Amino acid sequence: MKSSFDRIAKAPANQLSKWEDAQVLMHGFENAWARLEVDLNAQLFFQHQTLVLTASDLILQAPGPEGEKCLARWPLRAGLRLLHGDHAGAGSLELFDDQGRLAQWRFTLAHNADALRLQSQFEQAMAAFNAPGQAPTTGSTQPIASPESDPSSAEDEEEADGPASTLSLLRLWRFAKPYQGPLFLGFLLTLAATGASMVPPYLTMPLMDDVLVPFQNGKNIEPGIVPWYMAGLLAAALLAWGLGWAKNYVLGQVSERIGADLRTSAYEHLLKLSLEYFGGRRTGDLLNRVGSETDNLCLFLSVHLLEFATDVLMILMTAVILFSIDATLALVTLVPLPLIIWLIHVVRDKLRTGFEKVGRVWSELTNVLADTIPGIRVVKAFAQEQREAERFREANRQNLLVNDRINFVWALFSPTVTLLTEVGLLVIWAFGIFLVSHHQVTLGVLTAFLAYIGRFYTRLDSMSRIVAHVQRAAAGAKRIFEILDHVSSVPEAARPRAMPQVKGRIDIEGIDFRYGNRTVVRDLSLHIAPGEMIGLVGQSGSGKTTLVNLLCRFYDVSEGCIRIDGVDIRDLRLSDYRRHIGLVLQEPFLFFGTIADNIAYGLPQASREAIVAAARAAHAHEFIMRLPQGYDSLVGERGQGLSGGERQRISIARALLIDPRILILDEATSSVDSETEQEIQRALDNLVRGRTTIAIAHRLSTLQQADRLVVLERGRLVEQGTHADLMQRQGAYYRLYDAQAQQNEAERLAMAALTAQGPQ
Amino acid sequence: MNQDSLAQGEQAPLVPFELKQDAFGVWVLELTDGSVHSPVVVVRAFPVSHPLTGFSVLNRQGHELVWVDDIQTIGEAQRHALLHAVGEREFMPEIERLERVSGFIAPCTWFVQTNRGPARLLLKGEEDIRRMSSQTWLVTDAHGVQYLIRDLNRLDRHSRKLLDRFF
Repeated sequence: MKSSFDRIAKAPANQLSKWEDAQVLMHGFENAWARLEVDLNAQLFFQHQTLVLTASDLILQAPGPEGEKCLARWPLRAGLRLLHGDHAGAGSLELFDDQGRLAQWRFTLAHNADALRLQSQFEQAMAAFNAPGQAPTTGSTQPIASPESDPSSAEDEEEADGPASTLSLLRLWRFAKPYQGPLFLGFLLTLAATGASMVPPYLTMPLMDDVLVPFQNGKNIEPGIVPWYMAGLLAAALLAWGLGWAKNYVLGQVSERIGADLRTSAYEHLLKLSLEYFGGRRTGDLLNRVGSETDNLCLFLSVHLLEFATDVLMILMTAVILFSIDATLALVTLVPLPLIIWLIHVVRDKLRTGFEKVGRVWSELTNVLADTIPGIRVVKAFAQEQREAERFREANRQNLLVNDRINFVWALFSPTVTLLTEVGLLVIWAFGIFLVSHHQVTLGVLTAFLAYIGRFYTRLDSMSRIVAHVQRAAAGAKRIFEILDHVSSVPEAARPRAMPQVKGRIDIEGIDFRYGNRTVVRDLSLHIAPGEMIGLVGQSGSGKTTLVNLLCRFYDVSEGCIRIDGVDIRDLRLSDYRRHIGLVLQEPFLFFGTIADNIAYGLPQASREAIVAAARAAHAHEFIMRLPQGYDSLVGERGQGLSGGERQRISIARALLIDPRILILDEATSSVDSETEQEIQRALDNLVRGRTTIAIAHRLSTLQQADRLVVLERGRLVEQGTHADLMQRQGAYYRLYDAQAQQNEAERLAMAALTAQGPQ
Repeated sequence: MNQDSLAQGEQAPLVPFELKQDAFGVWVLELTDGSVHSPVVVVRAFPVSHPLTGFSVLNRQGHELVWVDDIQTIGEAQRHALLHAVGEREFMPEIERLERVSGFIAPCTWFVQTNRGPARLLLKGEEDIRRMSSQTWLVTDAHGVQYLIRDLNRLDRHSRKLLDRFF
């Protein structure tokens, strides 16, 4: 920092005002108006350089051994221009003067927002130069935002990867909290149950010393005492049984509820995420996360964690009892313990990554299924069953491979613990016999020790298994929290505005939208009056559907804003806003359920009369009545087969029922034959009346009744007006129309030729 | 739903009518405008969920001639005719008791008591048991006959225990 300050200080004095001097003194380059990480060089290799805009200069610097090093500087002067562009993930800023290009900087789009900020600040600075005497106002210059506060990058940042830490399990506490009471009760029960199970080995001591050993030495067994001991043993066993039952029941219930809460909130959160999220994920992976991972976690909580807690308690209690009986023998007994703990530690590291991998491989397996089953017609049509089977087999092979690796470690682990157990027993036998022969402990004490230690080590063995379960659960928790931590890219406003009534005025102001690294919509402005019908026209890929998606707020615009009745849609409550929008898609989606349910999807409380009325308006009533079960017929995944036109009319009825002020028709008639199209068109005419409508249609003839046609070309609005206007203008619309007319004409001629040939 | 938009849709004819069966057993509909339609069929809009609301009389082409919103609002004779006509066509036995099943893995045969007498139904697969609402289920047999379980709670313990193995 210091060296750069020196360079600034050496700069010609006339370029640095007094005010800036002071700033430089205090903060070095902190007075920079804008700062941009230019992380690519001219050949688009990664590098680390920073472009800094001050009130007087553009400065390119690179990190050197002793702070920032200034590489080059361009003093600001009148006539400079800074242009911004981007392509395929790499952006560029170019500096021009009247003679030509002075410099070009490249950067990844992660810094695009910074670049745009730098550009706009540059323009402000230039304004000061072009109108000399006016001191640059500090009010308009905003402090450079720190990189982490950039909201657009928040969603892209995946959770810091690295092995699933056991810590992610602790985050489950959030879901366990509501069940504190039962959890505490469960803990008490566990404590009591474990305590009860510690009694029987303890009783072996007096049984041995007071009954059996004296008997062997020639004394008679006292008949009064033995039944008491037996009764004590039985009572302890019964108590342990009852308490164990209660404990398992209470904790099992709690863990099921935690699992259910986790599953529900994961799904609820998933539903709130933007389409962008779903666009980038595979269905199978999400199914797997919400479905089986939560179940794994639940199993872990209800079975493994519970067992683990019992084991720990048991070991602690055993240790205490052993020490209270005989400290020396107890010490010897516990010798293998550190060894086992060390072993657990080693194995844990090995397993840590393994189980995460297993989870991913499972997702891959589900993905293959989720890809193939919906696309089964394509698979069969192209006779690619073999290849899909191969894909599945390959995924399965991966699964085996990963599991084999884990199993290798795991297989070794368990016998090792058993071996150590045996060694431990051996040590006690040897040392115990030694002590008994020296009359330092009684035979009863040794028996009690052996009885305890048997349990102790079986517990240790089962406890060591927890390692695998913890790692598996931690991996699952991580994958679920990845969903839960994901921030929606169409966030709800902090204080969303309710909008019970909508007139239907739409103002689109200079919007830009980028999908991944591809700019799809550029600087588009459009104003639609309430009740107006707009036809969106353009070649495929011109951004029509994207515009509709932005309007529905499936995505948020990168620049500019969309206003409904003068309110930015980002300030509205999402569900409120979407309620005012009726969407009819090219491929209508019917859910599994009855036709009545499907029509009432947007308004479940709708009366039967309203449903029938909507169906009538959509010209769907009669064909529905012809089905064997009328409105109760099942449709959707496994239901009655409906034709494309019938499905479309049901979806129109669905849109009609919610009576939206804004209607969006995205190629609503393009997937059906022309006779059905007419029927649908009549249904649509009902729908359109009195509503602000935006219709996309490939066939231009279907947009005849639109008040205004809007022509898009590569994301830009190129023309708008009525059909007659646009034809007269002979522009983009004219070309589109002409191409279609020619195609229709060619088809007609071909048909005519066929008919002419017919009689021969 | 505003009336305005309905005006352009399919009309809901609510005219007085007379429905009767001719000598051939064909149902004939006479409307007040004097037109006579034959043959006609009567169908229910919600045969499962609300069997007594929404009746429609369709002509041979499947166009609706008469719509009856609520059967309680029309005359006794008309109601009788409607129910008679619809009853002739409709075949959806309601399962009242499940006697026994041949096995718990489909395909299997169910021996059932229905409101139309005892029957045997061949269940092809578990996907033929469909849930209509929380208590209502529809079972389709191998020949496409649909058996209705209107209310699971009204079945006896034995039937419910057997059904429990299927869903």
